[in-house]
Amino acid sequence: MQAVDFYEIIDNGNDASVIKLIGNITQQTATPLIERLVFLTKTKDLKSLTVDMENVTEFDDFGALLLVELRQNILKKKGSFSLINDTREIKQILSLVNFDEHKTFKPASQKRTNGFVIRLGETFIEVADSIRFQISMVGSIILCIFHGCKKPSSIRWGDTIAHMEKVGVDALPIVSLISFLLGFIIAFMSSLQLQQFGANIYVASLVALAMASELGPIMTAIIVAGRSGSAFAAEISTMQIYEEIDALFVMGFSPTQFLVLPRLFASIIVVPLLTVFSNLFGIAGGLVIGITMLGLTPQSYIGQTFETLTLFEVVWGLFKSMIFAMLISWISCFYGFRARGGADSVGNAATSAVVSSIFFIILFDSLFAVVRSYW
Amino acid sequence: MATDTIIEVKGLEARYGELAVLENVTFDVFKGEILVILGGSGCGKSTLLRHMSGLTEPTAGRVYIDNVDITSCDEERFQETLRKIGILFQSSALLGSMTVAENVALPIIEYTELSNSAVNNLVRMKLSMVDLQNYENFLPSEISGGMKKRAGLARSLALNPKILFLDEPTAGLDPVAAAEIDALIKHLNEQTGTTMVIVTHDLESIFGVAHRIIMLDKDKKGIIATGDPQLLKDESMDENVQHFFKREPRVAPYVLEEILDGFN
Repeated sequence: MQAVDFYEIIDNGNDASVIKLIGNITQQTATPLIERLVFLTKTKDLKSLTVDMENVTEFDDFGALLLVELRQNILKKKGSFSLINDTREIKQILSLVNFDEHKTFKPASQKRTNGFVIRLGETFIEVADSIRFQISMVGSIILCIFHGCKKPSSIRWGDTIAHMEKVGVDALPIVSLISFLLGFIIAFMSSLQLQQFGANIYVASLVALAMASELGPIMTAIIVAGRSGSAFAAEISTMQIYEEIDALFVMGFSPTQFLVLPRLFASIIVVPLLTVFSNLFGIAGGLVIGITMLGLTPQSYIGQTFETLTLFEVVWGLFKSMIFAMLISWISCFYGFRARGGADSVGNAATSAVVSSIFFIILFDSLFAVVRSYW
Repeated sequence: MATDTIIEVKGLEARYGELAVLENVTFDVFKGEILVILGGSGCGKSTLLRHMSGLTEPTAGRVYIDNVDITSCDEERFQETLRKIGILFQSSALLGSMTVAENVALPIIEYTELSNSAVNNLVRMKLSMVDLQNYENFLPSEISGGMKKRAGLARSLALNPKILFLDEPTAGLDPVAAAEIDALIKHLNEQTGTTMVIVTHDLESIFGVAHRIIMLDKDKKGIIATGDPQLLKDESMDENVQHFFKREPRVAPYVLEEILDGFN
């Protein structure tokens, strides 16, 4: 389709032109026309432009856009613009798009941005508010635990068991697999070095210590944060959005007691158990390397493992995993309760929960390492 | 406070940040009546309901429920007052992880000493009140919007509240389902004498159920009219009230005509 078909330019001299638009000036045809005609008005030094609409058969808002563009360009050069022979239908469309308003070019309105100081202040208020909320949540959890001690039937044990299954039993395969591979990798990497000194048997010690005191608790906690922390945050934030938490509140239930305690208790109980499995499977991974690559017997590998591991080491790891479990459930529930708005806030809550949980797990693990070194 | 007043709202102000939604709103709700709070989108209807039910604290003003100031009373009295009210949320707010029956049983188990079989029977009775007797074991995601509303209604009625707040009970329902909900509300009010405060913009349900209406306006940030719905429709001189009842756009088609005439 040739754009030429749609207009005709009549030069009247004295820098005045009449553009006669012809036929359909609609969404299908207007785009090339806009380019051409605007180019013409830009290159010609026009003092006045008249657009004749007499032969226009169909017209829509893209046609109106053509007129707006032409008029803006002419007015910019201090010329004059006029429209002639426009029918009632065309006027209707022009009034629909507020044609008279668009005489000058206005940049698309941008979101108002505040100054640095205001943004700093806003961020500070936000952070302070979030800290206040976290503290009040910790307070509320402690109160609910006290209340639960006084009246154990007030704790929702059924929900707790359901969460134990979701957080613990369902995570067992993935925790086992990852831990097994982890033990396998540590044993493999360390064997390459230790073999040079003939210290093959110490691979068992290295794997056992690494798994029990560090990697077991941390890997388990990270997997639980990814699997269950995100689920906690998503569940609670969805409930927040669908007014379910308001409904609980109005029915006189404490949302903390109803939603946080079962998740907290379930995590505290099952994460250490998962860690035990993680340790066992990690050691099993090492054992496979020990037998196949280092020529150790299972007896000697296991014997060396038991010799290296102390009860304190194992219990310390389990204690850490319990703290990690508390962190995961607290942080995830916190982000769940903070959610406001629509579907995107559920996603944000889940993301923030996982990222913050992992950060706090690593942070607390470092603190534990410092504490132990000064013990 | 008059003896037949059950809720008293005094000088209530609600804000979202710097934006005031409601300013100096004062009115009473009388025992046993169906009061409809009416207004266009964004005029603060649902906000008002949240303040009246204690879900949000007002920036200024007081709300008395049964002579208790819920904006300043202690936790114990607040919890006691909460027991007197029920809310049907716009989204029904049924707990998604529980069946319909478990949702209705939730407050009953928490606040009564009834045996399991008695709770079951009571749940069944409550569900038959809202005509949902065969849906006990369905999850909220498995039933229709109208059924969810009815299940939410059954749950909010579980402990026979004195006051029931309903946030857009007919929103998102087809005309038949909406009419059913309206009939149910009217019936429950007649049978149980529960005071009902309904937030809606559904004109049909207003004339069907309301004893009295309060109309809010976005620009005035408060009440612009109150009284009998039919009387207001017939006699109110207020332009906004008439726009609402006649379902007229604020920029009426004739304004468009005038704009067009300006071209000629």
